[in-house]
Amino acid sequence: MTGVHEPRGLAHALETGGAWLLAILWISPLAYAAWTAFHPGEFSVRFTLGAPLTLQNFANAWDAAPFARYFVNTVLLVTMILAAQLVIGTLAAYAFARYAFFGREAVFMLVLVQLMIMPDVLIVENYRTMSALGILDSIPAIGLPYMASAFGIFLLRQTFKTIPRELDEAARVEGAGGLQVLWKVYVPLARPVYVAYGLVSVSYHWNNFLWPIIVTNSVGSRPLTVGLQVFSSSDQGIDWSIITAATLMTSAPLLVAFLLFQRQFVQSFMRAGIR
Amino acid sequence: MSRLNVHIHGWLLLLPAAVLLVAFTHYPAAATLWHSFFSTPKPGRPAAFVGLDNYRAMFDDPVFWQSLANNAWFALGTIPASIALAILMAVWVNRRLAGRGFLRLAYFTPTILPMIAVANIWLFFFTPQYGLLEQLTGLAGLPSHNWLGSRDTALACVIVVAIWKEAGFFMIFYLAALQQIPPSLAEAAAIEGAGRWYFFRRVTFPLLAPTTLFVLINAVINSFRLVDHIIVMTRGGPDNVTSLLLFYVYEVGFKFWDLAYAAALTMVLLAILAALAIGQFAFLERRVHYQ
Repeated sequence: MTGVHEPRGLAHALETGGAWLLAILWISPLAYAAWTAFHPGEFSVRFTLGAPLTLQNFANAWDAAPFARYFVNTVLLVTMILAAQLVIGTLAAYAFARYAFFGREAVFMLVLVQLMIMPDVLIVENYRTMSALGILDSIPAIGLPYMASAFGIFLLRQTFKTIPRELDEAARVEGAGGLQVLWKVYVPLARPVYVAYGLVSVSYHWNNFLWPIIVTNSVGSRPLTVGLQVFSSSDQGIDWSIITAATLMTSAPLLVAFLLFQRQFVQSFMRAGIR
Repeated sequence: MSRLNVHIHGWLLLLPAAVLLVAFTHYPAAATLWHSFFSTPKPGRPAAFVGLDNYRAMFDDPVFWQSLANNAWFALGTIPASIALAILMAVWVNRRLAGRGFLRLAYFTPTILPMIAVANIWLFFFTPQYGLLEQLTGLAGLPSHNWLGSRDTALACVIVVAIWKEAGFFMIFYLAALQQIPPSLAEAAAIEGAGRWYFFRRVTFPLLAPTTLFVLINAVINSFRLVDHIIVMTRGGPDNVTSLLLFYVYEVGFKFWDLAYAAALTMVLLAILAALAIGQFAFLERRVHYQ
């Protein structure tokens, strides 16, 4: 919408000012957290230029709780979920896009049910299931409800449908089987969608909290978000500088990745939402 | 490929997804209904069929009604404000303002952060005596106030946090939609003498309707789905003024371990989400026009 309705002069200056004011307001909680985390405790609410910078809060947080283990757990969890989602979602999306099997439309509607009724609200029954399976307090128990993702299936199905059938048929004439066609034709052409979906999925599960806090109960299976909550709600964790350092630490990998690949992140979230 | 093979291959490809979806979405939804008619098993007393007793208890439970009302206020407080801000942000980021990259970064960053990290940061902001908000109001000479500990302000604080987290996320959908509106429309309108605000109201905003619907549905689902910040910031208190429906399910199920009653409460949540899905379907068919 650049062009005719672009305000000029005073109006333009006012709008630029407004946009900046909102941006500064929006970034200030994070900037404030960074200030607290990188300065000694006595400066946590005193903003003077001469305040000494320190990494001591991070070191203290790191020593006070098994964050290394939590990091490993989260990385395992996120990798496991993403790998399963990609494989399971690709196969299902391929079936929906290219196989006119019996009951396809009805089954597709049943898949879409998960877009509304997400695992996040089925915590009570899924807890019973994990308990019955005997896998409470384990990383697979956190991941299982999310491994078949209606959102992923839907996104990939839409993408596969846009791929010309001629490419598919040409490969089949060459003697390629169904799975080979999928691997050689569909998957490479859908790469941008995989990247977009991957980024959205990783950020979602890195940040997920409610279900993990319910199914985990020990250091060996807790992801970072739950570890952070256990740490910051314990009695020793009253020092805000250390809690803030721990908070930034747990969000750091995503935040750094976002700062480095801003455009890809924004486009991925956009792409994932629009289709 | 023979006809039969198409069916067999199709179903085989679908099988892993179908098994997992049935196990962790359809079965638990049905089991929630089933278990809501039973009592919670206790040592020496197995679950017994109690008919509608759990629902009767729910009907008489003031905390349930309060959580439901809180959820409605939370949605009303969060959704219109974050949508309005999202549109404003998108319009600004879409224009050639100085420092556009920074603006987009600042608006979008909260989306990347875990809700629990966001809640921790804001918890400190609202803390009595030490918190930044107290320092600011102290400078202005206002009396000290426990923002999260007071019945009057706790829910508002939680709403502010949710708006902060979500507006930037919704912004990108509006940004994408704005970029698809052809500039020729604005030019034509300008020739007809339409002002900027008039153009936005009569052309841009209606063209954004599908986006608004999409964002609206996401926002409503989120208001029933996301309670991480409640667990961190207020634990539903004080006096349940910040207890949302899913938080109450969590509390009943995993703090009081009354799983049967939690199942009945979950049914209300499922009913709301189902109604939303049906409403969306009907609404999509009729009102919103796609270009």
